Amino acid sequence: MEELVNLFHGFAVALQPFNIMVMIVGIVLGVVIGVLPGLGGANGVAILLPLTFSMPPTSAIIMLSCIYWGALFGGAITSILFNIPGEPWSVATTFDGYPMAQKGKAGEALTAAFTSSFVGALFAVAMITLVAPLVASFALQFGPAEKFAVYFLAFCSFVGLSKEPPFKTIAAMMIGFALAAVGLDSITGQLRLTFGFTELLNGFDFLIAVIGLFGIGEILLTMEEGLAFRGGNAKINLRVVLQTWKELPAYWITSLRSCLIGCWMGVTPAGATPASFMSYGIAKRVAKNGSNFGKGEIEGVVAPETAAHAAGTSALLPMLSLGVPGSPTAAVLLGGLLIWGLQPGPMLFVEQKEFVWGLIASMYLGNIVGLLVVLTCVPIFAAILRVPFSIIAPLILVLCAIGAYSVHSSTFDVMLMLVFGVIGYLLKKCNYPLAPLVLAIVLGDKAEEAFRQSLLGSQGSLGVFFSNTLVSAIMVLGLIALFWSVIQQGYSRLRGAVA
Amino acid sequence: MKHTAQTALGAIAALCAVGISVPATAAWEPVRPVEFIVPAGTGGGADQMARTIQGIVTKHNLMKQPLVVINKAGGAGGEGFLDLKTSGGNPHKIIITLSNLFTTPLATGIPFSWKDLTPVAMLALDEFVLWVNAEKPYKTAKEYVDAVKAAPPGSMKMGGTGSKQEDQIITVAVEKATGAKFTYIPYKGGGEVAVQLVGNHLDSTVNNPIEAVAQWRGGKLRPLCVFDAQPMAYDEQIADGKSWKDIPTCKSQGLDMEYLMLRGIFMPPRATKDQIEYYVELFKKVRATPEWQDFMKSGAFNTTFLTGADYAKWVEAEEKRHETLMKDAGFLASTGN
Amino acid sequence: MTTGSSSKSGPAHKLVETGITLLITLFGVIVIIGSLKAGINWGAEGPRAGFFPFYIGIFIVASSAINLWNGLRENNDELFAEWGQLRQVMSVVIPTAIYVGAMPFTGLYLASMIFIAWFMRWLGKYPWLTVLAVALGMPIVTYLIFERWFLVPLPKGPVEEWLGL
Repeated sequence: MEELVNLFHGFAVALQPFNIMVMIVGIVLGVVIGVLPGLGGANGVAILLPLTFSMPPTSAIIMLSCIYWGALFGGAITSILFNIPGEPWSVATTFDGYPMAQKGKAGEALTAAFTSSFVGALFAVAMITLVAPLVASFALQFGPAEKFAVYFLAFCSFVGLSKEPPFKTIAAMMIGFALAAVGLDSITGQLRLTFGFTELLNGFDFLIAVIGLFGIGEILLTMEEGLAFRGGNAKINLRVVLQTWKELPAYWITSLRSCLIGCWMGVTPAGATPASFMSYGIAKRVAKNGSNFGKGEIEGVVAPETAAHAAGTSALLPMLSLGVPGSPTAAVLLGGLLIWGLQPGPMLFVEQKEFVWGLIASMYLGNIVGLLVVLTCVPIFAAILRVPFSIIAPLILVLCAIGAYSVHSSTFDVMLMLVFGVIGYLLKKCNYPLAPLVLAIVLGDKAEEAFRQSLLGSQGSLGVFFSNTLVSAIMVLGLIALFWSVIQQGYSRLRGAVA
Repeated sequence: MKHTAQTALGAIAALCAVGISVPATAAWEPVRPVEFIVPAGTGGGADQMARTIQGIVTKHNLMKQPLVVINKAGGAGGEGFLDLKTSGGNPHKIIITLSNLFTTPLATGIPFSWKDLTPVAMLALDEFVLWVNAEKPYKTAKEYVDAVKAAPPGSMKMGGTGSKQEDQIITVAVEKATGAKFTYIPYKGGGEVAVQLVGNHLDSTVNNPIEAVAQWRGGKLRPLCVFDAQPMAYDEQIADGKSWKDIPTCKSQGLDMEYLMLRGIFMPPRATKDQIEYYVELFKKVRATPEWQDFMKSGAFNTTFLTGADYAKWVEAEEKRHETLMKDAGFLASTGN
Repeated sequence: MTTGSSSKSGPAHKLVETGITLLITLFGVIVIIGSLKAGINWGAEGPRAGFFPFYIGIFIVASSAINLWNGLRENNDELFAEWGQLRQVMSVVIPTAIYVGAMPFTGLYLASMIFIAWFMRWLGKYPWLTVLAVALGMPIVTYLIFERWFLVPLPKGPVEEWLGL
């Protein structure tokens, strides 16, 4: 086991006092970045990148990757407390996390989210340690057709089986796709649906839509019901952490499944967002109490968080071994590596052993340090809900405005956010589901791009989506997921007929 | 309340006055953080260069005020250019450009031209290299072009970054020069393109050196020729005993096409001479640092540095060339939307 | 402050829902028009820019038609919300709209101070001291975190210009 020897050497590097200090600073900064909407992980890493310029490369990358961890942890906090996902992959966490907080179980939800993040990330790091070269070659098999198939699967496993009327679900989803299509069409390099407005060049950014639909919409709903945030009676001591821990092992199957989904999505690289949605969708279908999802099930927090963080972590693997970033944050980290004269790619693992294994070791340690830091803060976070609504609401609105502004540095986006807020309120009152809309905004243009790239390559033949075993298998899985409820019904009817 | 607020504001003002010492007239200097706009996404070539510059400026204390990198990638960079166009007279904003300075307005009809900006300096020129997968038998550009010609038209896939931008312009020019026919597939980023080539989802690419060098060193890709008038200057060995300098020019391989991509700096309209002078001096200092030289080497950049009228003349000629190239390729925006 | 005369009246759910469905239909029609402009056929480069949005637009219009039909058929006498509740909602929407609309002119900081102060004083009835502390403290902390530490420029107006920030 040469890898293990290298890893221990890496631990020795990461455990130097200076590096440990760097780690803690990184985690705290990361949590701050994750909590503030608009200061995403990519942003945070990008901003702090030049500051690390004067450090040795290993310490610098440890710091940056710890900021990355911190941001991953931090993203869950606002999702659970205020229904405002600071990062795209935290959206699925709001579905059950926020209802839990409303029931006064904010502490439990936060603990579950943090612990799941930790498990997911740890699983992914272990995978990177043990099977990195194997996984890298798997990632190379993903061309446009395979990527489209993955998006298709993510979509199919999430959609279907909702409480809302089916045609409202379709309408909501299509609105999302339409919004995603606005702006520059990446295949033809042509503007579409902008009607000559230069403000629409950027299209509709996911974060602005989500801050509006979820965050502002929720405040408006709260206003309608009177001036109070429910959930102020959340327990605010550390015992809640231990109590939740006792509950969590029961969900080990969900956990494991989410880890696998996350690693797969992170490596391909489809990213953390589809991973979280897909994992949530599948958990909802196969869990015993799946029908309770959306009302505050702890399992509905475990599934997306685990998957998102397994994906976020494993996304670093294609970055290191292939030089392809699996996420925007990884893209900025990649830039960092280049600045230090480290060339990511197949040779990095051979030529820069100390660096690579120092980084991997710091992933283990950074993750543990991160978990400790955020868990001790659970009571503090939960206590935020006790702040009276008429103080916290304007502060949230201001933070939302800052978040929306900083996406493109445009005040137009802030107005857009408010419009989305009102739309979110109205749609929710009229029983339109918002989750498919958001998923469509996130995945819509990526899926379309992959689809059209594939067709370009195959010169217009749709057969490309069934041209090899890998892509066919994923497509078939997607179709099964799409028609899951029909299949389930048919199966039980069949069993009834036999019996 | 009003009174209290005024007092508070006064206090803040006083604090700030202490913090900022007023510069002694003459030479202009920034008095607040300078926004460094990147009209492309995070992690791309322009972004990497901007962040490297930011790092160098911070490390060597080249500016008294911070330099803040901001990505404005919407509409193939149109977002960033329009932002500068509308910030006339604001000296605390600069932009790093790539070829989309020319291609974006031409291909999308976004109301913008480089003449709306103030040219500051050309930092470097980025090279383009024709790459194939190392498993393929083609050793020279000629062998590859012959293979493309022999294959059914359109069955060979050329990958590149963006649509109707530099990579696709080169592809079309190659088609024109050789009579071969490719299918061009656009991707979001250069790194992704290189990996798609490694995974054999493409037949060739025209990646910049920095985007594909790792795969070359890993023995996954093979450079065939460089789209420049002379070979690149760097003779340090990279892979299989070859250096950047050993890559022949495409012209010498019968592929008559030259293309270099601008990495230059512009300011918003109505900048004063002093202000331009300040930034020119700043970038001269940046270029003198060892970090910058390392960066140039790692990406095998052409390090031509131009300022003032020479730079403007170069940009003007280049715009004309792009217009011709894009017109020939049929890439000009047809409708206004 | 909402209890009283308007306890059980308000816009009918059916009415609001019909309105929203029609708005979504309109959105779908706009999408279709935009797609037609971009070209909806199958060109040399595969489907053209408007190909997918066009069918998405069609789907929006079609599903809205079904939703409209379902909504009108349903026997639903419920209220969308009471007027008092809506007034509460508007008491957030309108000031936020003013806040957002003022931001390009006054900058974020000044607008936020006034907005927070208004919200706390008007809806929360807090003493002026608390109001001031929060309304001034939050923008200052924001300034420090965003502009000083993370170097993210936020919109500024004449006051900041004058202060030289």
